[in-house]
Amino acid sequence: MSKFLVSRRTLLGASAALLASTALPRLAFGQDAVKGGRLIVAADSEPRNLNPAIVASNGVFFISSKVIEPLAEASFDGENGLAPRLATAWEGSADGLSATFTLREGVTWHDGKPFTSEDVAFSALQVWKPLQNLGRLVFANLESVDTPDPLTAIFRFSKPTPFQLIRYALPATTSVLPRHLYDGTDIAENPANAKLVGTGPFKFTEYKPGEYYLLSCNETYWGEGEPNLDEILYRVLPDRAAAASALEAEEIQLAAFSAVPLADLDRIGKVEGIEVISKGYEGLTYQLAVEINHRTEQLANLKVRQAIAHAIDKKFVVDNIFLGYAKAATGIVPQNAPEFYDASTPQYAFDVDKANALLDEAGYARGADGNRFTLRLLPAPYFNETTQFGAYLRQALAAVGIDAQIANNDSAAHQQAVYTDHAFDIAVAPPVFRGDPAISTTILVRTATAEGVPFSNQGGYSNPAIDKLIDDALVTVDDKARTALYNQFQQAVAEDLPLINVAEWGFITVARTSVHNVSNNPRWAVSNWADTWIDG
Amino acid sequence: MQRAGKLVIRRLIGSIPVLLIVLVGTFFLLELASGDAVDAYLVSSGGGDAALVEALRADWGLDQSPITRLGLYLWNIAHLDFGHSVLLNRPILDVVLERLPNTLLLMGSAVALSFGIGSLLGIVAGSRPGSARDRLLSIGSLALYAVPSFWLGLVLVVVFSVQLRWLPLSGIETLASGKAGLDRAWDILRHLVLPVGALALIYLALYLRLMRAGMVEVWRQDFVLAARAKGLSRRRIVWRHVARNALLPLITMLGLQSATMLGGSVVIESVFSIPGLGRLAQEAVSGRDTPLLMGIIVISAVLVIVTNLIVDVVYAMLDPRVGASEASA
Repeated sequence: MSKFLVSRRTLLGASAALLASTALPRLAFGQDAVKGGRLIVAADSEPRNLNPAIVASNGVFFISSKVIEPLAEASFDGENGLAPRLATAWEGSADGLSATFTLREGVTWHDGKPFTSEDVAFSALQVWKPLQNLGRLVFANLESVDTPDPLTAIFRFSKPTPFQLIRYALPATTSVLPRHLYDGTDIAENPANAKLVGTGPFKFTEYKPGEYYLLSCNETYWGEGEPNLDEILYRVLPDRAAAASALEAEEIQLAAFSAVPLADLDRIGKVEGIEVISKGYEGLTYQLAVEINHRTEQLANLKVRQAIAHAIDKKFVVDNIFLGYAKAATGIVPQNAPEFYDASTPQYAFDVDKANALLDEAGYARGADGNRFTLRLLPAPYFNETTQFGAYLRQALAAVGIDAQIANNDSAAHQQAVYTDHAFDIAVAPPVFRGDPAISTTILVRTATAEGVPFSNQGGYSNPAIDKLIDDALVTVDDKARTALYNQFQQAVAEDLPLINVAEWGFITVARTSVHNVSNNPRWAVSNWADTWIDG
Repeated sequence: MQRAGKLVIRRLIGSIPVLLIVLVGTFFLLELASGDAVDAYLVSSGGGDAALVEALRADWGLDQSPITRLGLYLWNIAHLDFGHSVLLNRPILDVVLERLPNTLLLMGSAVALSFGIGSLLGIVAGSRPGSARDRLLSIGSLALYAVPSFWLGLVLVVVFSVQLRWLPLSGIETLASGKAGLDRAWDILRHLVLPVGALALIYLALYLRLMRAGMVEVWRQDFVLAARAKGLSRRRIVWRHVARNALLPLITMLGLQSATMLGGSVVIESVFSIPGLGRLAQEAVSGRDTPLLMGIIVISAVLVIVTNLIVDVVYAMLDPRVGASEASA
């Protein structure tokens, strides 16, 4: 286990080359893939809508990515960090007004109909742009899709759209749906959203609510000799302790997305035949951040925000809350986004004296009880680590004389309190970095336009300079110029602290050693598993 | 028998206001919790924009006032239409009926087991109150009763599934196994051993204590003295005279238990990943799916009312004094 821990740390440290890294984990050198068998994995949730073209979320992808494929998938060694899937080549025009995709030949849908550029055009215009949670933003300026022949799709944009952004968005936002099943229907309510039909290596076979999803081998998959597995069975295990026991009892062979709690990893990693793997999530970086309500008088003061940043011991958080399976954050863009990451942003070292001095300077002297003021602290309930950090933050702030009152809510209540009612002063959030800052990161600080949108700036923060950088980057076509804008953006955020980034983490996969080709791409858990195999 | 028939009708009519109070109460309790189904959905799906949020609220009927929604819901329930679950995107009646057999199987076996073994052990303990085996059983049962069910479940799993590997770890049957007939029944039976054991071991104490206490009471009665004076064997006195008369309170308990067990099964269903009603209710609350939760509650309430009715009828048949005034009124 420690082997992988070290490899992950060095990997994250060598931020410059991470996505392009060729280090492949656990490739069974000299071993031939065994055909057949059933892989049983743990699933902790049953998404309401399983259609990845509409709901681009990891919970949906975990199951649906084996059935419905995107145009391209993330890759450790591919050009620009991508490997071809339904598209074999892609190119953006110099003016940013069009992007041409060459599609794969000889692909058929699971129902036998051929896959063509019409399917891509339909998915882009009727699904990704109007219906998809991420695509609504990425494809906002998509005007039309030309299909000169069945294997070419040309996207036309009304405003310059950086191809850099499209490229990073390909794995998550371009799941292609079969036009012949969706055209002319109510797409959001189509029965195929529950019984998926795609082009992927596995066909959707059965769903028994509360028990399992069963996928089975697509005999006519385009990938030569793929898939290796006969079946993938997702076993619904809602209890946090269940996945670890099920792995030990060999009732499941793999648990992804940290279904086995961090505290159990040390023990389970020592069990014969079980491996703890921290690779394979580089394309799905989660960030631990302190969200700030800038409507609160004290927090509108930059000195107070700086004091809070100085009061947090990031190393302690990484070592004790994440048990080492994370990295201290340096800013709003994580270190494993080498194309955008700027290492020179201002840092706020852990320094209680400085934090106290800053608060004194800001004019908030300690009262008779040692407190300067009281804040409402709402930790997001989505992960053990976010609630634990909430408890830590309360202590850290107490050391500088800020009395943080914790209110723990469940998901729905937290969502309403923070993102709709704004009934918080500071909140703990786990936003996701999805390859390009424009996809789901700039929304955390850009002046908000609407209430009720989760994982967005609901703290009332508004900074015209930062807004301008964000808006310019959305229409800057040149990669270098665009990256430069994002470097300025990172500097500005680090200086003004609209939110405080504390740590960055990927998830942990725990698997039986009988499972091979695990974690061999940066979005492995949500990729197609066509090359995965198990010992016969 | 006519007496029992009258009792059934009276009880059924009397249960309608109970159901109504339960429904309205649940509705407003869930209304008081902050966040709605759209909030819960957005969190699980990783976000969206303002237009999507608005469209979802309109689509799921959450843009109307609570009173309108409650009225509409009650109107539909009165027509036996349970509506559509927004959380699962399926008709509620289908979902509930799909889960009900699992919970009934789990609960039924657990109640039967704890009632059977509990009362037997109670007779053993109560046949010689104050003896060493009575003390041992009383202390042992109390200790079991003090154990939380989820903990007992987890320990059983670690011992019998992970270490010994005698029994399957979770679920109600082997998934997608293609088993049928007797094979399948045997498979389900093996899967039920641990969850039923965890539930039954804890409630067993209740029946044991109740039986024992009842027997201690009966031993002091004159007719027992008479029986002894007649020269009946101790065994005959214990079984024919003492135990029989101590049994009635246990039947009352059985009715009450059936309701408690629905709640207790939430934890066990989660620990053992059994797709039952308890787990569904928990998911409905965290997803703020009011219609689904109300559907579950209506069905559970009906279940509890029917069980209690059966208990009352059995009671009335066993003891002629019970229900006589009610039925003749």
